[in-house]
Amino acid sequence: MSQVIRSPKMYDVCVIGSGAGGGTAAKVLTEGGLNVVLLEAGPPVTPEKDFKMLMWPYELPHRGAGVGGHAGENFGEFLAPNGAWNIEGEPYTSASGSNFQWFRSRIVGGRTNHWGRIALRFAPIDFKSATRDGLGDDWPITYDDLAPYYDKVESYIGVFGTRENVSSAPDGMFLPPPKPRCTDLIVKKACDKIGIICIPSRLAILTRSVNGRLPCHYCGQCGRGCVTASNFSSSQVMIPPAMKTGKLTMVTGAMAREVLLGKDGKAEGVSYIDKATRTEKRVNARAVVLAASACESARLLLNSKSSQFPNGLANSSGTVGRYLTDSVGSDGWGIIPQLEKMPPHNHDGVGGMHMYIPWWKFDRKNDFPRGYHIEFGGGREMPGIGEFNDLLHEEEGYGASVKKRARQVYGTGIGMAGRGEMIPNPDTYCEIDPIVVDKWGIPVLRFHFKWSEYEIRQAKDMQETFRAIIEAAGGEYKTKTPISGQRPFGIAEGGKIIHEVGTARMGADPKSAVLNGYCQAHDVKNVFVMDGAPLVTNPDKNPTLTIMALAWRASEYLLDEAKKGNL
Amino acid sequence: MSENSVTRRDILRTLAIGAVSGSVLQVIPAKAAEYAHHVVHNEKAASPAGKYVPKYFSSHQYEMLTTLCDIIIPKDEKSGGAVEAGAPEFIDLLTSENEEYQLALGGGLQWLDSLCSDRYSNVFLDCTPEQRKEVLDLIAFRKNAKQDLTLSQGVAFFAFLRRLTCDGFYTSKIGIADLQYIGNTALREFPGCPPLPEA
Repeated sequence: MSQVIRSPKMYDVCVIGSGAGGGTAAKVLTEGGLNVVLLEAGPPVTPEKDFKMLMWPYELPHRGAGVGGHAGENFGEFLAPNGAWNIEGEPYTSASGSNFQWFRSRIVGGRTNHWGRIALRFAPIDFKSATRDGLGDDWPITYDDLAPYYDKVESYIGVFGTRENVSSAPDGMFLPPPKPRCTDLIVKKACDKIGIICIPSRLAILTRSVNGRLPCHYCGQCGRGCVTASNFSSSQVMIPPAMKTGKLTMVTGAMAREVLLGKDGKAEGVSYIDKATRTEKRVNARAVVLAASACESARLLLNSKSSQFPNGLANSSGTVGRYLTDSVGSDGWGIIPQLEKMPPHNHDGVGGMHMYIPWWKFDRKNDFPRGYHIEFGGGREMPGIGEFNDLLHEEEGYGASVKKRARQVYGTGIGMAGRGEMIPNPDTYCEIDPIVVDKWGIPVLRFHFKWSEYEIRQAKDMQETFRAIIEAAGGEYKTKTPISGQRPFGIAEGGKIIHEVGTARMGADPKSAVLNGYCQAHDVKNVFVMDGAPLVTNPDKNPTLTIMALAWRASEYLLDEAKKGNL
Repeated sequence: MSENSVTRRDILRTLAIGAVSGSVLQVIPAKAAEYAHHVVHNEKAASPAGKYVPKYFSSHQYEMLTTLCDIIIPKDEKSGGAVEAGAPEFIDLLTSENEEYQLALGGGLQWLDSLCSDRYSNVFLDCTPEQRKEVLDLIAFRKNAKQDLTLSQGVAFFAFLRRLTCDGFYTSKIGIADLQYIGNTALREFPGCPPLPEA
């Protein structure tokens, strides 16, 4: 193409994506002395302008509902930018019979700007899944391989928690947890009564100052983004130190299109669309790190076709896009009359749960494999759009009675969310859609997604547990779920929990895995994938902390290999 | 831009820079937050006063909307009502941006006028308070639509309007105060739960 603008500069590494994985890679690689160019598909983030920390709903004309009331589709108007299920001009498709929802965040820091900050280690047994129950595959690495990197990540980003010695939820390097909210005390007491483990949660939020970052000010709004960087985001915690080295070149508005393969069988750069000028540009690098998110990285590999790799770069195994999983999710809520008597008080706390329920039935036989954890919240949170939808549905009419009832029920709800492990299945994967391209001319992904009986039985168990806890707390469980149909037992649509991983998994055998244990492509030694794609399993631990630990470890390996001249 | 908003930005920037460069901050976030609230409040107060000009509804429909909001959440001994809370402006803004809302609410208001004209030979606003109560008591309850199918569109309209009115009220300053929510502020320590009352 004649109009391709070539940058003559040769970088050591091109990192694609600036989220949890890409940010970690940028920090570790630049601090290790390498020159890195970071391609980010979205704009820069400016916390003091872009984050709505401490704003009241009435300070926004749309009160949190967003233009036309549409913000509810993307978690409300207060959410940190720019996450959305649907991005104008950047579609994806679902195969007939599938309904997969893909949440993407085009901005520096990606989804870490608004994520739930839940930072849980995978357990030793999570790396040995096939050995455990014959389903799926074991990882090529063990917990002990990754543990030092969990330590590094936790120490650097700051995670609160407590040492509990629960085998399904390994302890880490923890800051002290915040005090429990009233809802925590009630759930904890109910759990004690019925033999469920309930412990302080582990979130990447500072309860003490770390590396000069201010401790949390307890406004309860982490999802809006934090102006004081008291919680973890890649944009505020990983990118600044990388910038400080003087070795990071950040290119925003750069939509990666293809990883370019040289005649020597190694990647030699990345071609991307500069969104501002709609021109194709290219950067040259000695190594390429894909960290664009599991599915976006799979898309890039599949779109990087050459005579050597007609099915996509590093895809001689044919497994790029396969083994896709999301977390099993089912939610419910109940009313706790005891909370009606609580005097008004500040219930905000950190922006997330202060306590949670780790997987507790690891010591018995269950009618589904693996397990789930339960997140919960509620109580006297800041009122917002949809606050009384349930009340209004139950109690009709108008006038003074509406206000009276609202005063009575406000703050008495407790919501619960189960997040569990999905087993990879052959009907769940992504591939390149044969027809559709996005506005940048790049072929898009087509998703295939199916829950199996394993996951549906897990969702059933979640619903039964939620009810048991709410009732043990003297409350009334309100959620009703069907036993069949599109979402039996309230199981969320694929992608909705935003834990999609596995699409370029690691494995010892190049015939069945894309990457080795260091996130390095078996087929192309100078190509690495450092987002959710390398994960072999998707346990009930939420993937972000593990993505960062893997990226940190892989980046150190990359540094080492670069020094040895092996790339 | 006023001088104030520059100052607000500056104070927030100071915080952000402090956060990433590791400097010891002299200013605590609470002060910055308080300042930001102040500025937003002042900017609002400075905007030209006068009667609100609806973005979507005709003046007749907007008057109907306002009347209905007031009936759904009226002033009581504890707090002001949905109109004082700005619910009609909020609903008008969203409706001006959403075609589904335009059908549901614009069409719904028309439907209500037609019902009143059929029953009382007057549009809703010209009905007596007793007549208004009579029609609203019909469309405020789902069970009525089960007995009289011709009411079902009105029931759907009223439920939707009621939801939006509540959204407008409970996202307003007076609605949030009515619930006695305490928070959205910066604290040095989270105090935890006050003593729980007996279950």
